[in-house]
Amino acid sequence: MAMMSGAQMLVHTLEDLGVEYLFGYPGGAVLDIYDALHDSKKIRHVLGRHEQGVAHAADGYARVTGKVGVCLVTSGPGATNTVTAIATAYMDSVPLVVITGQVGTPLIGSDAFQEVDTIGITRPIVKHSYLCQKATDIPKYLRQAFYLASTGRPGPVVVDVPKDCVRPSVKFEYPEPDPQGVRMRSYNPTLQGHRGQIRRAAKMLAEAKRPVLMLGGGVIASGASDKLQEIAKLFRLPVTSTLMGLGAYPGSDPQFLGMLGMHGTYEANLAMDKADLVLAFGVRFDDRVTNNLQKFCPAAKIVHTDIDPASISKTVNADIPIVGDAGIVAGQFLEAFDELKLKRDDQALDEWWGHIAKWKATNCLAYDHDPKLIKPQEVIEAVYKATKGDAVVVTDVGQHQMFAAQYWKFDQPRLFLSSGGLGTMGYGFPAALGAWVGERQKPIVLFTGDGSFQMNIQELSTCKQFHIPLKIFILDNHTLGMVRQWQMMFYRGRISWTDLNDNPDFVAVAKAYGHEGIYVEKPSELEGAVAKALSLKDKLVICDVRCDTDAKVLPMQQGGGSMSDMFMAED
Amino acid sequence: MRQIISILLENETGALSRVVGLFSQRGYNIENITAAPSEDPSISRITILTQSDKMELGQITKQLYKLVNVIKVSALEDDSTGVVEREILFVKVQAIGHTARDEIKNLCDIFKAEIVDVTPELYILQYVNSSPEIDRFLKAISEQFDVIETVRSGVCGIFRGDHSLHV
Repeated sequence: MAMMSGAQMLVHTLEDLGVEYLFGYPGGAVLDIYDALHDSKKIRHVLGRHEQGVAHAADGYARVTGKVGVCLVTSGPGATNTVTAIATAYMDSVPLVVITGQVGTPLIGSDAFQEVDTIGITRPIVKHSYLCQKATDIPKYLRQAFYLASTGRPGPVVVDVPKDCVRPSVKFEYPEPDPQGVRMRSYNPTLQGHRGQIRRAAKMLAEAKRPVLMLGGGVIASGASDKLQEIAKLFRLPVTSTLMGLGAYPGSDPQFLGMLGMHGTYEANLAMDKADLVLAFGVRFDDRVTNNLQKFCPAAKIVHTDIDPASISKTVNADIPIVGDAGIVAGQFLEAFDELKLKRDDQALDEWWGHIAKWKATNCLAYDHDPKLIKPQEVIEAVYKATKGDAVVVTDVGQHQMFAAQYWKFDQPRLFLSSGGLGTMGYGFPAALGAWVGERQKPIVLFTGDGSFQMNIQELSTCKQFHIPLKIFILDNHTLGMVRQWQMMFYRGRISWTDLNDNPDFVAVAKAYGHEGIYVEKPSELEGAVAKALSLKDKLVICDVRCDTDAKVLPMQQGGGSMSDMFMAED
Repeated sequence: MRQIISILLENETGALSRVVGLFSQRGYNIENITAAPSEDPSISRITILTQSDKMELGQITKQLYKLVNVIKVSALEDDSTGVVEREILFVKVQAIGHTARDEIKNLCDIFKAEIVDVTPELYILQYVNSSPEIDRFLKAISEQFDVIETVRSGVCGIFRGDHSLHV
């Protein structure tokens, strides 16, 4: 029986749980934990430069690997600085365990130095949270936290650890993990779908004349891509995906119509609008996807599979609700097709694909080139071409994010990391460095904006310390592009505080931090600059690309309209 | 639509605040709430009275289930088996002079309420019944007498017969 302090138990439990990387930032309340960490041979610590960056990095690591991302911060401001990152992970269902220091239990509630009610502040943005009361709570709660974060609908879990629970002088017997794993009577996610519902839905699919397969982030979380591709091929289904679902179905496959929703493609949104059956997996019908709910898919029956029952019939009423894991349910669908000997209706599908071909022919993502001015879309296309799409793409939030989603073809899951639900500017850069920690085989490309990048620019120092060779492309338009786009389109062109004309010299910033920087202004230089940036394999390179300030993200759905009411590039 | 929701959840610190927080965060209404241990000391029972339509009630139930501490949720609906629901009311009322004191006593007899505390100038009345009956009693008292203070417990309810909400 090993005797350990709370701090040693914390480190030991993380080791037991297979944690290889811990993203963190030390401080007063976690000094004892950091001291115990000093002895660990298994856990490698990545020191960020701000707790928001630390937690986003753990998020990026989690999204790219599918493992739980873990971070450790101190009490008070350390904890509050992670709040945006926790909310980001919550909205996008990312498995994250956030360990926060806390003042000693006798001081809790006394407004002590660096005390904050972390559990209270984070309550609405976590899947669950724990406040340890004694040292032996730590292993128990951490194991539960990992279990909760990574099962069911994944999400962030906070474990708040008061300083007296980790005191090095007091040792306890280390509670070994239960060989049967974590069990909780109040938490039992449903994985198998209801057989009868699935058979009904399978028949409906075989009878559908205008079906669409709609995939979301849940497909990636579940690892359901292969089975859903099988379904798509079997029934020749047009496939669309939400922002979070990009990569769930190969982007370069001819059956893929592109992303749907506010900045979705014409063909994806038209297909949804005219569909008679929407087979949705792992989505939650967010308002950026549905546009006006009253006008959403008027002709379609909705078959909605999700692991979170609360996501079903929350906004869009499901005709056939199926609660379960996307991959398991997809497998059940395949069985049902076999059992019921269901065949697709090729005649109807030919006609349906005929309509879709016409919508595709509008070529809704075409844009005008300018010999003097780089269009932001060109940057995405140039990097895609140079990497042959074999890269992890991380974005910040804004126009560049939508351009990346529209113009890059994601052929596999976990290659696109972006803050979808919360829309967190400043997410991309730290998430990209976290992604590199988890994925060393592929280049990590960050598309960011001059606005977003400056929200967590301090992590350039982290990248220097750990030799993280990100390829950063700033689509630099000297403005908060997306907000400006709305001001131009809906606020009579009144540009209110969106100009960013006093940006730093990003090349000089890169160099000041010990990295490489390239400035590009002319379209003719773009390809060369991209090639050079990618060729510097061991270096972080900031490629500051001066882009057209007036470029707009199109198509764009008209607010209050149906899926098919869209502003197009030629309008 | 008036709905009583009964919730069984782990008797842990912060569990109640998660339930209350969920209601405020998602814009659901709470008319009243009671919380106490259940027959199993490791489990608490919370009873919430809310106004919501069928669709919203479905969402509330699902969102409550999503809370990791929550074990079981049930809307106490007046289906065929039915529900027993009660609330407790205390009213402190001015009772000066024989006439007033007699009349209050009479009213209490009619409603089967009790006088549980007496001073030369005050009565405290206790009344246990369903919430609508409590409203009626309170109306009758306050129309005739000076009510100083009212305290209501919030509603609690239980299914009739062998239909139960337990673990």
